[in-house]
Amino acid sequence: MTEAHSEAVVTGPWSGGGSPYAIGHKKLGMWLFILSDVMTFTALLMAYSYSRISNPDWPAHVFPIFPAIIFSTTMTVVLLASSLTMVMAVAAAHRKDRGSAVKWLLATMAGGLIFCVLHVMEWFHLIEEGVRPFTNPWGSPLFGAAFFGITGLHMTHVLCGVIYLGIVAFGYGTSRFKDEDVEVSGLYWHFVDLVWMFVFPMIYLMSVKY
Amino acid sequence: MDAHEEMAASYGTHHGGSNKLYMTVWFSLVGLTLAEVYLAYLHFDPVAMLLMLIGLSILKAGLIVAYFMHLRFEKLGLVLTLVPATIFCIGMMTVIFPDSVRLMHVRLMH
Repeated sequence: MTEAHSEAVVTGPWSGGGSPYAIGHKKLGMWLFILSDVMTFTALLMAYSYSRISNPDWPAHVFPIFPAIIFSTTMTVVLLASSLTMVMAVAAAHRKDRGSAVKWLLATMAGGLIFCVLHVMEWFHLIEEGVRPFTNPWGSPLFGAAFFGITGLHMTHVLCGVIYLGIVAFGYGTSRFKDEDVEVSGLYWHFVDLVWMFVFPMIYLMSVKY
Repeated sequence: MDAHEEMAASYGTHHGGSNKLYMTVWFSLVGLTLAEVYLAYLHFDPVAMLLMLIGLSILKAGLIVAYFMHLRFEKLGLVLTLVPATIFCIGMMTVIFPDSVRLMHVRLMH
């Protein structure tokens, strides 16, 4: 083996000499976390679908156009808008424009908080109608557990995301964090948005006619 | 600048999108969402409705992952590590569904 060849092996990306994925370890760590969280939400949505199919008395037509569908559609658009502001924050961080990046991060946090407020209002409406985690007036008691469990875990992710973005905005604004930290927090925020893209049709829209 | 910072500077913050592209993706996502809401008020077989809604959701998820999460602009090695494994694991979870249909028939008979 020649010396040049030996060096090429040691420094080759698949030999530990570099990054095979060409990304920093924080970003790779976030991608792996997202993968594990995809499994969590997939398992929950699969369990929801299993329960719904296997229970003939599953509550039907539970989400009227107002407030449920209007609210959940508005929540979806708000969450999508917050994803766009997050994209702008990452782009500003890439340009090293710390002031703009922090403003876009704050706008993203505002979107997350609006989503949570609308969601809590919608929860209270269902609670007023008698829906609880282990009982409801319409049929299978699993409905309440599945609804509050899945949407509650998602809302927890949104709230954690708002806190996370607040820390990143403060750290990036005071030059303690780097551009990559904004991008990594963006991955988390887009994932939260992505999960809702499945929760919304499976839980809300599939209960409009059936 | 340490090794990690150098890598982040050279790789971690690389982008391939423009504002115009991101706005196009965003309007597509909003349009697909409104299409889903419209579909929900049409009369279809529940299985057909579920397949259409999930199909549109997968399309939306693909747009978010590819453009907002920049996976479209990452190395192919990362894409090949993340995407097939995720699809495989999600696919494995669907094996429970025939049992839910069996259970539904059992419960309807009693």
